[in-house]
Amino acid sequence: MKRVRWLLPLLLVGLVAPFAVAQVKRQRPVTDDPALEQRLHKLSQNLRCLVCQNETLADSQADLAEDLRDEIREQMKAGKSDQEIISFLTARYGQFILYKPQVTPTTYLLWFGPFVLLLAGLAVLFHYIKQRRDLIPEKPLTADERRRAEEMLRADSRKETA
Amino acid sequence: MLRYLIPLGIFLVMVVFLAIGLGRDPREVPSPLINKAAPTFRLPQLQEPSKTFSAEDMRGKVWVLNVWASWCVSCRDEHPLLMEYAKSGAVPIYGLNWKDKRDDALAWLAEFGNPYVLNAADLDGRVAIDYGVYGAPETYLIDQSGVIRFKQIGPLTPDVWQQKFLPLVQQLNREGAGR
Repeated sequence: MKRVRWLLPLLLVGLVAPFAVAQVKRQRPVTDDPALEQRLHKLSQNLRCLVCQNETLADSQADLAEDLRDEIREQMKAGKSDQEIISFLTARYGQFILYKPQVTPTTYLLWFGPFVLLLAGLAVLFHYIKQRRDLIPEKPLTADERRRAEEMLRADSRKETA
Repeated sequence: MLRYLIPLGIFLVMVVFLAIGLGRDPREVPSPLINKAAPTFRLPQLQEPSKTFSAEDMRGKVWVLNVWASWCVSCRDEHPLLMEYAKSGAVPIYGLNWKDKRDDALAWLAEFGNPYVLNAADLDGRVAIDYGVYGAPETYLIDQSGVIRFKQIGPLTPDVWQQKFLPLVQQLNREGAGR
């Protein structure tokens, strides 16, 4: 039993170590300008990595993502604005690289489709409720029904006070 | 009756949408470069680094630019087809060797054969960015005036070659001859 006690931590270290090594290996030298790195990070978080399409360009470790980050870094150093860099990228890779596509006729459906569906849903709901209301006609109570209802209510309130 | 038909209708609409959506290849991103001028570049040649190759050199010709690398597995699958198409002489095939090592690329060509008229070596991948390359192999068809007319993302297939490339090549050559 005593031997097992140090075996477990050792096993855990053994499990984690390869990942730590992998993590270190992936680190790449970046520029020593923290402001630029931050700007790059902010911009590339809204850009899609085209290799692993559900990852942002900021997070991706793909080779192409590294290249594109280098490209953006250089353009930033050359004094290009974010907008200029985005148009550089969309001219080559299309709107698909943007996580937030621009509003153009081709993306109208994407941008406004959900609202159209919502309005359609509301219209259907409204129509349905109106129809239901028409199905249940309101009839005034007859004298006999009114008397019975009052009797029931009286019996109810007596029970409560008791 | 209607209360059964409405869910069934919604279900069928969803089936149709999912069938279309799942049948598509998400890797195939439509290129904004189609029908635009091919980006210019001047790169050293792979076999003779002292010489250069430029897209401008190809003005007046219909040609194919194939992006490949020795580390690219799909390029290996595609390679026999390229050899066959190069032999057919339908259209000259040029290579853009993408982010490769020169020795690896030369060894690859020596081992599997060389379908390319010549290769441009894009060792740091900057030209590939201009061409919107995001996964090799990619193949461009460029016309006499240097306009990209078609782009195949991923390996060429006999279908794509027969139905897209060859008809376009023939059409472009006809138009070119008439001019």
